[in-house]
Amino acid sequence: MKKIKKFKNLEELKKAIDQQEASRKREKKKIIVVSSGTCGQARGSLKVIDALKKAIREEGLKDQVAIRITGCHGFCEAEPNIIIYPDRIFYQKLTPPDVRTIVKETLVEGRVVEKFLHRDPLTRERAWYENEIPFYQKQKRIVLGDNVFVDPTSLLEYLAIGGFRPFIKAVTKMKPDEIIQTVKQSGLRGRGGAGFPTGVKWEATRRAAGNPKYIICNGDEGDPGAYMDRSVLEGNPYRVLEGMMIGALAIGAREGYLYVRDEYPLAVRHVTMAIDHLYQAGLLGDNILGTDFSFDLHIAKGAGAFVCGEETALIASIEGRVGEPRQRPPFPAQKGLWRKPTCINNVETWANVPLIILNGADWFSSIGTSGSKGTKIFSLVGKINNTGLVEVPMGITLREIIYDIGGGIPDGKAFKAVQTGGPSGGCLPASMLDQIIDYESLTAAGSIMGSGGMIVMDEKTCMVDVAKYFLNFLRDESCGKCISCREGTQRMWEIVSAITEGQGKPGDLELLEELALATKEASMCGLGQTAANPVLSTLRYFRDEYEAHIYEKRCPAGVCKSLIRYAVIPEKCTGCEACKRACPTGAIQGTRKDVHLILYDKCIKCGACLEACRFEAIEAQRDEAITIVKEVKP
Amino acid sequence: MITMKINGVEVKAEEGWTVLETAKFYGLEIPTLCHHEGLTPYGACRLCLVEIGEGPRAKLVSSCTYPAEEGLVVHTDTKRVVQARRMMIELMLSVAPYSKVIQDLASRFGVTRMRFKIRNEECILCGLCVRMCEEQMDGKAIGFQNRGYQRKISTPFDIRSEECRLCGGCIYICPACQLRCQGPQAETAICNACLTMEPTCLDFYDELQCWMYDAGRCGTCVREKKA
Repeated sequence: MKKIKKFKNLEELKKAIDQQEASRKREKKKIIVVSSGTCGQARGSLKVIDALKKAIREEGLKDQVAIRITGCHGFCEAEPNIIIYPDRIFYQKLTPPDVRTIVKETLVEGRVVEKFLHRDPLTRERAWYENEIPFYQKQKRIVLGDNVFVDPTSLLEYLAIGGFRPFIKAVTKMKPDEIIQTVKQSGLRGRGGAGFPTGVKWEATRRAAGNPKYIICNGDEGDPGAYMDRSVLEGNPYRVLEGMMIGALAIGAREGYLYVRDEYPLAVRHVTMAIDHLYQAGLLGDNILGTDFSFDLHIAKGAGAFVCGEETALIASIEGRVGEPRQRPPFPAQKGLWRKPTCINNVETWANVPLIILNGADWFSSIGTSGSKGTKIFSLVGKINNTGLVEVPMGITLREIIYDIGGGIPDGKAFKAVQTGGPSGGCLPASMLDQIIDYESLTAAGSIMGSGGMIVMDEKTCMVDVAKYFLNFLRDESCGKCISCREGTQRMWEIVSAITEGQGKPGDLELLEELALATKEASMCGLGQTAANPVLSTLRYFRDEYEAHIYEKRCPAGVCKSLIRYAVIPEKCTGCEACKRACPTGAIQGTRKDVHLILYDKCIKCGACLEACRFEAIEAQRDEAITIVKEVKP
Repeated sequence: MITMKINGVEVKAEEGWTVLETAKFYGLEIPTLCHHEGLTPYGACRLCLVEIGEGPRAKLVSSCTYPAEEGLVVHTDTKRVVQARRMMIELMLSVAPYSKVIQDLASRFGVTRMRFKIRNEECILCGLCVRMCEEQMDGKAIGFQNRGYQRKISTPFDIRSEECRLCGGCIYICPACQLRCQGPQAETAICNACLTMEPTCLDFYDELQCWMYDAGRCGTCVREKKA
C-alpha cells in the first residue's frame, strides 16, 4: 500500500487537488469501472475482477487499460457490471468467462458485445451506453453519481473529483455562522426520516451551552430492504467524512463519531481506511493543515439493534449503555453524548453538505419542491424489474420511480402497493401512484419518507401478511421500555396473525385500530410512535382484504397458508409432471399427459408446485374446509 | 422560576422539576406506576401521560420524564389522555391480571373489559425493581434482558447473582408480583369489585382536573359546557 503523503498546509492540498484533476483529464488509458459494493461482491464481482486482470495481462493491454474498483453505482439488478470509459459502454450481469470475451472483442477489436448490454424489461431494447439506460435517465445522482469515479480506498481518487475543495472553501472563506446560514438556506432536511431542517439543528448545537461539542454520523441503517447509507459509506466514504468536517467546523465540535453497524463489513473497512488516510494526510487531528481547526473522528460499531437508529438510543449505545431511547427534551443538541451538545445527522445528510458548500445554497434549493429540497436516495426493492438504489429529485412521483426508473413489475403482474419508509412507514395503493414524493405529502398519505426504503408489491401480495411481517419485525426490534410499544406491537401482531390464520373475529379491526392509535400516541420514541403505521395504512387502503380474511376466511391474494389450498385447474394442466417433481411431500398424483391432482391431506402448502408450473395451472383457492363464523358483517 | 399552565391554571415550577412534580406540588393528581420519588424517572408505564401543546401539534408525553418548561401548556385529563391511559391499563392487565395495583387502576379508570389473550407473566417490566436494586440498594444484581417482546428481568446469565444480598427491595417495590388481588379469576381477568360508580358525566372537560382521575365519571363536575 502506498503511503499517503502528508499535506503541510492548505496550499499543498489545493495543489494536489489541481494536479489530480488535471492528470485525470490527461488520462489516455481506457478505464474499466467495476462496481463492487456488497451487492456486486455477492453476485461475484470479485471473480470478475480477477478474470478481468488476467485477461488484460494475457492480451498485453496492461499499459492501455486501467481498472477502477468502485462501490455500488445503484443498479443492483445488473450486478456485476462494468463500464468502459471513455465511451461509457455498459455491460451487465457478467461472469468470469464473459469478461474474456469482452476484453477480446471490445478492448482489442473495438466491437460492442450485444448480448451483455442492458436490455430494457419493457421495450426489450438494448442500451449501449450507461447514460442511455432508462434506469439512470430520470435520476438526479448528485450524491451517488460520484461512486462511479471514485475508488473508495484511495484518497487521491477522491481529490481527483474535486474532493476537499468544499472543505478548503469552508475553512478559508466562510465563518461558522456563514456555513450554517448556507445550509439553512439550502433547505437541506435530515435524510434519516424525520426531515428536521439540518441548518436549524446545527445552529441549536452551536448556540447550546456546554463544551466540548460532538457530532455524530448516524449510519445505523436497519430497515429491511434498505441500504442507501451502506452504499454511500462503501462507495464514497470521504464525501461523508468531509461533510462531517465541515459540520464540525460550523458547530464548533472537536470530536465526532461515525456510528455504523457491524453487519456492514465493507462499509466499516472503507470508512476505517478513509479515516486512517485522512489522519496520514494531516486532514484530521490537531490544527488541520496549519489552521485553528482541530477534529478527531472515531468509529462506533453498532450491534444491529434497529432502535439504535433513534438518536437518544444511539447516544446511549456509544456511551456503552443499553441502546434505549430516553425522553426528549433535553434534545441531543442541548444534552447529547456525555451530556454535551451533540449534533446527529444521517449519512446521506452529511454526504450532501460538501455539495451545498461548493455549489451554494441556491443550487441545492433549485432542486426539489417548496418544502423539500435536493435529492433523496431510495432503495427500490421488491417486485420490481430494476432493483437498485435510485437517487431522485424531491417532487418526483411514485409512478415515475416505479415505472420509468424501476421498469415496472416483473412477469406482467399488476402493481398493488408500495411500502415506503421501512417498518415505520406505510403502504400506498395504486391510487396514490401519482403522489409526489416529499416529506409532507408522504406523511399526509399515511406513510413516511423514512430513510428511503421502497418496497414494491404486486397483486400476489397479501396486505394483511405484509402488516404481519412488519409487526413481527417491530415487536422484535422494539427496545421494550414503554409498555405501549412493547405490548402494543406484540398484541397487534397477535391479532393480525390470528386474522391470517383464519382466527379473526368481528371486532378485531376496531380493537386493532384502537390499539394502533394508543401505541402511536403513548410511546416515547419515534419507533413506537410510528410502529402502528403498517397497520393503520393497510387498514386505511386495504380494509376489504382484512374483511375478506375475517368474515369470508379468504385470502384474496392467495398467500395466507391457513386460508388457501392449492388445486390444479384441469383445463390448463398439460400433465408435464413438473409440479409432481417439485412437490416435497409427494402430494401430487397423476401420470404423464394426465391432469394431476393434489392430495390435500399430504399437501403442506409450500407453494413449490405453483412456482414450478409453467402453464399457470395451479391455483391458490379458498380452503373450503374452513368454517365461516356465524356473525354477519356489520 | 418557570411559569407554565396546567389545566388552564397558571403554575410556577422550580428549575429542574418535571411536569409530574409540578402537578403534584399543586395537588393535581396524575396516576403513576413506574414512578417512585426515590428513584430516577423512567417513563415505562405510560400512565402519567399528559397532553402538551395546543392545536395540531399537541402530543402526549410522560409527565414523569418531561421537564417543566417556560410557557408549556399541559392538560392532564383530556379525552385523548384518558383513552390512551385506559389502553395502557388494558395491556398491563393482559400480562399481570393478579396485581392488585393494576386491578385498582382498572377500577379507577373504568376499564371494564380486557380484550387480549391473557399471558400471565406477573410482570409489566416497569423497571422499579431494577432501579431500586441499583440506586437505593447499590446492588445492580438484576437488570433487563433481551428486547422487544422477549424482554424480561433477570440476573446476569440467569444464575443467582453474587451482588444480591437478599434485601428484598425489589419485592417490596414491585406493583405486580407481591400484592395479589383476591378478586379476579383467571377467566375474567378483571374483577372491577372496586368499581362502585357508574358514569354520569355528559362530556369531557379538558380544562378540568377530575378528582376521580377519570374526566368526570363521578358526575360531581357536571356543569354547562363553556361556550
